[in-house]
Amino acid sequence: MSTATISLPRLARHNPLAAVGVVLVAVFVFCALFAPWIAPQDPAHIELPNRLQAPSSQHLCGTDELGRDILSRLIWGARISMFVGSSVVMCSLALGLLIGSLAGYYGGRIDRFVNIVLMNAFLSFPGILIAIAFVAFRGPGVFNLVLALSLGGWVGYARLVRAQVLAVREREFVEAARALGAGDLHIITRHILPNIIQPVIVQAAIGMAGAILAEATMSFLGLGVPPPTASWGSMLNDARSHLFDAPHLVLFPAFTVMLAVLAFNFIGDALRDVLDPRSRIEAGL
Amino acid sequence: MWRPVLRRVLYTLPVIWLVVSTVFLLIHFVPGDPIQQMLGEGAAAGDIQAARHAYGLDVPLGQQYLNYWKGVLHGDLGKSLRFNQGVTSLIAARYPFTLQLTLASLFVAILLAIPAGVRSAQRRNRWDDRVLSVVSLFGLSFPNFALGPVLILFFAVKLGWLPVSGSGTIAHLVLPAITMGGALAAILTRMVRTSMLEELGQDYIRTARAKGLTERTVAYRHALRNAMIPIITVLGLQFGALLAGAIVTETIFSWPGIGRLTIQAIGNRDYYLVQGCILAIGLTYVAVNLLTDLLYSAVNPRIRQ
Repeated sequence: MSTATISLPRLARHNPLAAVGVVLVAVFVFCALFAPWIAPQDPAHIELPNRLQAPSSQHLCGTDELGRDILSRLIWGARISMFVGSSVVMCSLALGLLIGSLAGYYGGRIDRFVNIVLMNAFLSFPGILIAIAFVAFRGPGVFNLVLALSLGGWVGYARLVRAQVLAVREREFVEAARALGAGDLHIITRHILPNIIQPVIVQAAIGMAGAILAEATMSFLGLGVPPPTASWGSMLNDARSHLFDAPHLVLFPAFTVMLAVLAFNFIGDALRDVLDPRSRIEAGL
Repeated sequence: MWRPVLRRVLYTLPVIWLVVSTVFLLIHFVPGDPIQQMLGEGAAAGDIQAARHAYGLDVPLGQQYLNYWKGVLHGDLGKSLRFNQGVTSLIAARYPFTLQLTLASLFVAILLAIPAGVRSAQRRNRWDDRVLSVVSLFGLSFPNFALGPVLILFFAVKLGWLPVSGSGTIAHLVLPAITMGGALAAILTRMVRTSMLEELGQDYIRTARAKGLTERTVAYRHALRNAMIPIITVLGLQFGALLAGAIVTETIFSWPGIGRLTIQAIGNRDYYLVQGCILAIGLTYVAVNLLTDLLYSAVNPRIRQ
């Protein structure tokens, strides 16, 4: 594929925002993968005498209310953020692909049930509210969090996949495959999915930004990963009680979440330009 | 003309049924015994039994479901364990605050987005359009739970212009409304821009300009009126996201609305109150979607047929 051969300097000239996004995502993924080695300190190491310190050479981003190093917590937070974000995208994508292609391919009663009852019901609730309701009753934790956010996230993919499958299943090459005696599974996975995957990839990149945001929101509300695990959202929540005496507690995690979300949005926008220009016009971006 | 309205109203009935049924089932998602969870580890067996009876959890599931529906239709959503008060009256007391905040943030979003979007469209691909598009992308990416504390930091703590939190006066409303409306303003700006671009290319705009009208009149009187039609749908859809955003914003600013009540109830394991709050938010969302659709067909005669 030609997109894979685009070099970073060329990308930077062509679409500087996308290049910024790629670099930022690389940094965040690097932090997530190698957190134990690059974090200057243990993110859970409590040092009460050094609490609420302003940024210094020893603690580049200062320390929090328990004297923990904020930079280290941000780096470890990238781990939760990237892990939950990518898990949510993968789970909701898998579910969306399955349900969307079944409904789109078979049509009829299955489609009517999925489209009118199932999708409408999930669309009639904002995703984050579904997630809050789920975690409120099932209890917090990484597994429940991923499940909760996927529960609210799959319907967007399913709707997209269904619409795409509906359009593609009548095309000649699908008919040709069917005439050659190919089974439904073969037609869906070998002929239809490869042809609709590009807008799905675009949606997944933008969905990653949404999933990171949702994870941080849930953690902020105390419904995410339980402490003492570092998460950007819960760091922001802890910081609220120290707005007066230690404003850096708010600024660093706020800025980090924004950068992560922005990075994936940049990439999503750029991918849309390359892979799926028509939807950009339709979405009015 | 009433038939499509009636049909649209009928379409919401299965959605309402699903929302109520899902909310009813939530309590049965609780791992273990919800009553035990609510009363805590040390609760006596007699108390648990009494509470189970009081909450109607000792009858078969089907009967519970019917009872729940009966309760919903009579406006009785059970009793809050911690507040020792009816869930319905608790929600009724907080609901106006959330409504007030949501409307204020909608107002903020429209106030920011319309001039920005119109200007972007008028000056397409010039520097101000570029700046506005980058600003709106930042606005989209800056989460409300980060924006809120940052706004408090600058406008309440550093400058001292506005109160940190609480409610009561217009001044209390400003920061929460900006926090909640910020992201919507960003989305809306992009929408207004595209929609305006489409309208500005139409023949009637050329006619209006040929008549010698000022660019301002052409943009706001002629183009914007038509450009707003598709935007109404987006506003309706976004209203739901706004309601969910209220949960975060109200937590940040200690705003006594239904969102903060939800979080308090979750913290207290006050399951019936959580159920009630989610039901209230969900049904509001359904109602707003219905209203949007009806409004849409009212302002756009073309889809009435």
